[in-house]
Amino acid sequence: MALSKVSSIVERINGAEALLKSLKKERVEVIFGIPGGATIPIYDVLYDFEGIRHILARHEQCAAHMADGYARASGKVGVCIATSGPGATNLVTGIATAYMDSSPLVAITGQVPTNMIGKDAFQETDIVGITASITKHSLQPRSPKEVPAAVKEAFYVASTWRPGPVLIDMPKDVQVNVEDVHFPGKVSLRGYKPDKLKINLNSVKEASTLLNKAEKPFILAGGGVIISNASKELLELSEHLNAPVATTLMGKGCFPENHPLSLGVIGMHGTYPANLLVSRSDVILAVGMRFSDRTVGNFEAFAPDSKIIHLDISEAEINKNIKVEVSVIADAKRGLKEICKQIKALNKPKQRKDWKELVSKFKEKGIFNFGKSKGKIYPPQLLKILRTILPKKAIAVTEVGQNQAWAALYFKIYHPRTFITSGGLGTMGFGFPAALGAKVAKPEVPVVDIAGDGSFLMTSQDLATSVTEEIPVIVIILDNRALGMVAQWQRLFYNRRYSHTYLNKVPDFVQYAKSFGAEGIQVESYEDFKQAIREGLSNEVTTVIDVPIPKEENVFPMVPPGKELEKLIMKVDET
Amino acid sequence: MTNGKNIIEVVTEHKPGVLFKVSNLLRRRNFNIETLTVGVIDRKTARIIITLNDDGEVREQVIKQLNNLVEVINIRELNPQNTVKRELALIKIKVEDRISRSDVIHCIEVFRGQVVDVSRKSLIAQITGTPDKINAFIELVKPYGVKEIARTGITALERDKKEGGTS
Repeated sequence: MALSKVSSIVERINGAEALLKSLKKERVEVIFGIPGGATIPIYDVLYDFEGIRHILARHEQCAAHMADGYARASGKVGVCIATSGPGATNLVTGIATAYMDSSPLVAITGQVPTNMIGKDAFQETDIVGITASITKHSLQPRSPKEVPAAVKEAFYVASTWRPGPVLIDMPKDVQVNVEDVHFPGKVSLRGYKPDKLKINLNSVKEASTLLNKAEKPFILAGGGVIISNASKELLELSEHLNAPVATTLMGKGCFPENHPLSLGVIGMHGTYPANLLVSRSDVILAVGMRFSDRTVGNFEAFAPDSKIIHLDISEAEINKNIKVEVSVIADAKRGLKEICKQIKALNKPKQRKDWKELVSKFKEKGIFNFGKSKGKIYPPQLLKILRTILPKKAIAVTEVGQNQAWAALYFKIYHPRTFITSGGLGTMGFGFPAALGAKVAKPEVPVVDIAGDGSFLMTSQDLATSVTEEIPVIVIILDNRALGMVAQWQRLFYNRRYSHTYLNKVPDFVQYAKSFGAEGIQVESYEDFKQAIREGLSNEVTTVIDVPIPKEENVFPMVPPGKELEKLIMKVDET
Repeated sequence: MTNGKNIIEVVTEHKPGVLFKVSNLLRRRNFNIETLTVGVIDRKTARIIITLNDDGEVREQVIKQLNNLVEVINIRELNPQNTVKRELALIKIKVEDRISRSDVIHCIEVFRGQVVDVSRKSLIAQITGTPDKINAFIELVKPYGVKEIARTGITALERDKKEGGTS
């Protein structure tokens, strides 16, 4: 970094201006937020501040999800801002969502003046304390001159190593007071040195030897591959080894799903070939993933006959959920590159003919194994149609629940960062605001939110943001007037006791969308749907497409919670 | 009391909130901290010594997670066999007559402790040493009547390897 040049700048300004100037120095182009009592000084500077677009959300949770969606679509840090107290606590769900999925987010909160902190002042919450276990780091500058370094540190920590949310809590007096403020050109933290992470070449060698010897190698790729931009390296290794690739939900998109070696998503709502082949492999390379319970099913019975190599940037993930044979601590790109290099030095590509045949046999049996539906519209078929209409680089965002599982299973993704979902926290209401954020990051590509009625209604007031800020997305509501995934569990495991999962037939989503000035379309057939999507793609406002589906529709395949991946249910016998 | 089976040394930035983050992580995994001492090493650095009583693999994983905290500079588990452990205790003991007073003072001398305060009916002993030594002292003076105990918890340093030695 051009340290000497930048570090000479000293300005006499207030903390609010120092904050915004620091954000600009981090190349922030857009922030998502809602003003309040404890952030008025920041908003006052923002009033005529050039170079940063502010998008006014209608709920702070949405501001956080928008920033998160922006980050996931672009790979840049997303920034959201909220006032103290309730503004800050409303961010909490958004921060936790970003934390679980390692999304780089900088959340800025107003705070009561330093002399009032701890005195139960109006709109005071201890947001640093509240978010301690859902942030990667947090900072509370105590004077204006501490602000630029805090911002620099926040962006550095949020965006490097395993990314995550960082909180900057800004007491009001720190925003208002004027001081000589100096903008540091770089940051150095004694306890956080991701650049110094050295890859252990012995473990690379061990991993490579194991993979090279494998008769039936299998690659399990997670979100880390997307974060470290390692899709190319993954493809190269997979093709060299003739190893099929299954992704976790968070990894969806890191490997093109139209590739012959792609098995789609693994796990509770994983595909038939992914879930069954994993335990038929002899060596598994797990990369940039953390063996979540939704991926693994039964921890004790996960691929018992396979040797597992775990490549991850965080040592804390090694042997956390699954005991592994070899571990390589590195960022996915670097690790895959080194392993690939080693293997290529060891051997020419191996054909592994029997394994390849088995892979294609399993794939034929069931990647897009459509079942029969009771309704006129069957979600997997609908998603297949959607895929044919949308361009390959379109971004699909999901809500949480059945819509998410259907999208994971039946909506093919070809490029990294074009599938955005709340995988770790499973936050209902995430999809729509995240779609808005993604659209802000990538205005040139269509963004669709594959939604359910339950999830959409949790954050749909931000239709106001979408219309006012001119961020057009397409919302497809798979509308079963139910909390469908919970209802599915009740159907399968709780003897059809539908406790509080059936929603009333309100609102009328078409009228609801129109009341915001958005477009609303009701569809009754696949033909209607095609027409509606085409309209949505050409509309200049957000289009909400309401697709009624039967209440009793199930997402299959499904692995019952805690069961082995082999025990996936493909259908139920209706009685 | 504590046997200080697992001693974890955490070197951290000396900043507000660091102890909270460290202990918060231990709380999340339901660890019962036996002792925890914090001391400043220099203006910017602090050393936290935590003792736990836990055999599980969870402990190893928590150590790795603690290492992920931005403020944690270094963390390691100290080998109890190769670690100097010290604790300081202040013990207020009843001494209601001259005989018991001289007996107690004698005990303190044997334990190389100090009498740091004397009043008409009690005195305060200061004992430094391993937790076992302090426990032994407390047992010894119990018959006289122990009124109050304040213990610092363990602080510890690992020994350097002795040349040619097996440590």
